[in-house]
Amino acid sequence: MSTALSRRSFLRASAIAGGGLLLTSFWEPLEAATAPKTADPVLNAFIRIHPDGTVTIASKNPEIGQGVKTMLPMLIADELDLEWKQVRVEQVGFDPKRYENQWAGGSQAVPNNWMPLRRVGAAGRSMLVAAAAKTWKVPESELTTSKGKVHHKKSGRSISYGQLAATAATLTPPDLASVKLKDPTEFTIIGTPIPGVDNRSIVTGKPLFGIDVTVPGMKFATFLKCPVYGGKVKSANLEQIRKMPGVLKAFVVEGSTDSNEFGAGVAIVADGFWHAQTARKALQVTWDEGETAKQGTSVFDARAAALFKEPPQKSLRKDGDVKAALAKAAKVITAEYSYPFLSHAQLEPQNCTAHFADGKLTVWAPTQTPEDGRELVAKVLGIKEDDITIHLTRSGGGFGRRLQNDYMAEAAWIARETGVPVKLLWTREDDFAHDFYRPGGYHAFSAGLDASGKLTAFRDHFISFGTEKEFAPSAAMSSTEFPARFLPDLALEASVMPLGIPTGALRAPRSNALCFAFQSFLDEVAHAAGKDPLAFRRALLSVTPLPAPPSTPSNSPNAPPPTPFDPARMIGVLDLVAEKSGWGKQKLPRGTGMGVAFYFSHRGHFAEVAQVTVSKKGELKIDKVWVAGDIGSVVINPSNAENQAQGAVLDGLSEALGQEMTFENGRAVQSNFHQYALMRIPDSVPVEVHFRRGAEFPPTGLGEPALPPAVPALTNAIFAATGKRVRSLPLTKHDLSWS
Amino acid sequence: MKYTLKVNGQTRTVDAPEDMPLLWALRDGLDLKGTKFGCGIAQCGACTVLINGEARRSCITPVSAVGKASITTIEGLSKDGSHPLQRAWEEIDVPQCGYCQAGQIMSAASLLAKTPNPTDGDIDQAMAGNLCRCATYLRIRRAIHRAAELGKTTASATGSGK
Repeated sequence: MSTALSRRSFLRASAIAGGGLLLTSFWEPLEAATAPKTADPVLNAFIRIHPDGTVTIASKNPEIGQGVKTMLPMLIADELDLEWKQVRVEQVGFDPKRYENQWAGGSQAVPNNWMPLRRVGAAGRSMLVAAAAKTWKVPESELTTSKGKVHHKKSGRSISYGQLAATAATLTPPDLASVKLKDPTEFTIIGTPIPGVDNRSIVTGKPLFGIDVTVPGMKFATFLKCPVYGGKVKSANLEQIRKMPGVLKAFVVEGSTDSNEFGAGVAIVADGFWHAQTARKALQVTWDEGETAKQGTSVFDARAAALFKEPPQKSLRKDGDVKAALAKAAKVITAEYSYPFLSHAQLEPQNCTAHFADGKLTVWAPTQTPEDGRELVAKVLGIKEDDITIHLTRSGGGFGRRLQNDYMAEAAWIARETGVPVKLLWTREDDFAHDFYRPGGYHAFSAGLDASGKLTAFRDHFISFGTEKEFAPSAAMSSTEFPARFLPDLALEASVMPLGIPTGALRAPRSNALCFAFQSFLDEVAHAAGKDPLAFRRALLSVTPLPAPPSTPSNSPNAPPPTPFDPARMIGVLDLVAEKSGWGKQKLPRGTGMGVAFYFSHRGHFAEVAQVTVSKKGELKIDKVWVAGDIGSVVINPSNAENQAQGAVLDGLSEALGQEMTFENGRAVQSNFHQYALMRIPDSVPVEVHFRRGAEFPPTGLGEPALPPAVPALTNAIFAATGKRVRSLPLTKHDLSWS
Repeated sequence: MKYTLKVNGQTRTVDAPEDMPLLWALRDGLDLKGTKFGCGIAQCGACTVLINGEARRSCITPVSAVGKASITTIEGLSKDGSHPLQRAWEEIDVPQCGYCQAGQIMSAASLLAKTPNPTDGDIDQAMAGNLCRCATYLRIRRAIHRAAELGKTTASATGSGK
């Protein structure tokens, strides 16, 4: 049954005090014959047009640095035909009864909001035009709009939206589904560089972030969890801690039965963060570390090596007969690849302010997923979701870490125990020790080439983490991992080992790891075939693929159509990056080389070229990276788009160059930035970004898809420069010297 | 212990244990939230402030060690956001998440005060202690160069050039 047809979107208009207009857009379930009517309609957007001509537009999604607080209002403002300087943006709190898709993740804000928010703006514009027609008693067809005004050319009159707002508030809003949208050539805001709306507050140090929240009477909490995941508190010197300066409370928190939701530990509440920290240094806890204490990086590596020798446990995809095809091949290439666990290392440490009073909880949180947070908190506290209010703050980076709400559950629990407002703040050490890490992984690849150097067979045995039933979070591989669908004889297989260490999504989850392994191995195969690596990839994409699995339909009327992987679009960006980088145009000296890679993720098609120079001693210098992306026909905010793409590429290079989390006895080894090398300014390299806008596709998101190809573009360039193939990360483990 | 600090041109008193880092005296004691906590061990630079004009990591500077020195935080860099670095940061649209940017700007302010026309090498050296997890480094570099230009224009326009 399709629910998509049973819902509709509509707009409401109402007057606001002083002569303004409030526009709110909803979608609600139509009354089905059998189903009872559900409670409240869902508000998509709101706009307040003030008599003075300024317009307030709500931003409903969490801002984590991806730029939605600026980008989403741009969609409304353009269709409303405003000047950007008239716009005021207001961050609204979490309210699932009113707003749809109030989360940040998966680069989904653009596809989810592109049409719905434009329709809201366009409907508002049509009402203001109607109000002007009524006021002037002229036909609507004689009216035009620009810069927040309606014009009547015949009589030379103009009137501002502010003056029309009160009249517009008396009109019936048009049907959102059929409202007339601008032709892209008429855009005046979309496609122009608009600086971030919070920039002024950021550069003047205004309190914007979760960590900056202050509530009257607020106390400060620190929470020491068992360093081994899932461990429990046996005993702690709480009496001694309670006597320390400034300490108000110290108590054991049992945590959730599922430690990945909310681990056990000791909470200290004090009158200042520093007092809490000082007390924490004197805290002595005996832990029951549990089973995960037997796990660690060397255990995983040994198990992966053993699993490679055994038959795969699962088949993810099987086309044709890969065994026979490999046996028939003129040349067979095999290689093993691996990549480490990674931490999110978002710069604002986890924090959350919570106040529990009269059975109700109020939370101020930098979260990507307030709805999930509320569900988790309701579960662990045993209270109703309706009794929880969540205020959204700006987040000092997300990168997927704030999809999890463990810190919200901790703050809620501690606040309830304490009875006063409490700000829980993690230390950086807490953050590294209790992440939901990007899981590591291992791949044993085989590829077969025919006598002409054409790829004929491909096999991957992927060693990952999880159970017989399912992969651990973000540790899976899909059945369409390229070159799957593009070869008749291919097998993707997997084996897993158990994992007690929590894992989760890191910017471009799965893709950030799989792209390195697959695009590096394909590069090896291209070189083994004696082919140019870019031309080899182009040829692989130039066949008619096997059909893709069907996509899951959504039940929202506003859900965007799926964006399938399109080999023609990928060839388009490969050609563009070849042109911009001058691929193959010049003979580079030994020690300098270019590498290419492409990847489709989060609806974006990206191809990237890196150029590196490696000294004979093995000192690596990345000279430049060229990016070609296809995120649809329109790049909504070119300033932020360039910033995101450059940041994503540098993020990918940073991961490849020096990042690695290791584990011993079930606990993280790296504790702070001195042991976890994030890129710094001297290592940042020029990143030239180009978008291919010719295609007739609706725009899609950019938080993630530029990242994955950066990693193999770099390692493939190292091979081109030195002849050394990088099959594991990070690069700090490799000697790149050559002679 | 009560400490009297000179912060952003004002004399402020804060009650703090002597080992409390200046960062927490500023944030929790004086409600100056622009200076950020990132690592606590002077590895990320989010807590950078100026002490007598020098960029310092307030997360490892005990409040008792500051004495009569003059402290400038992001809130005190200018009255109205008009410092050339603040203007350049807005013009170049540097921030993504924005969390590190106060620290970046304070390090850059110390650099420009001594080196009004920095080279890329000067920038690398002065700014290497400031992490940007969003990796807005390319724009940070552009914005510092732009601020250097704006600084010259401002200086000559007001007749206070050197």
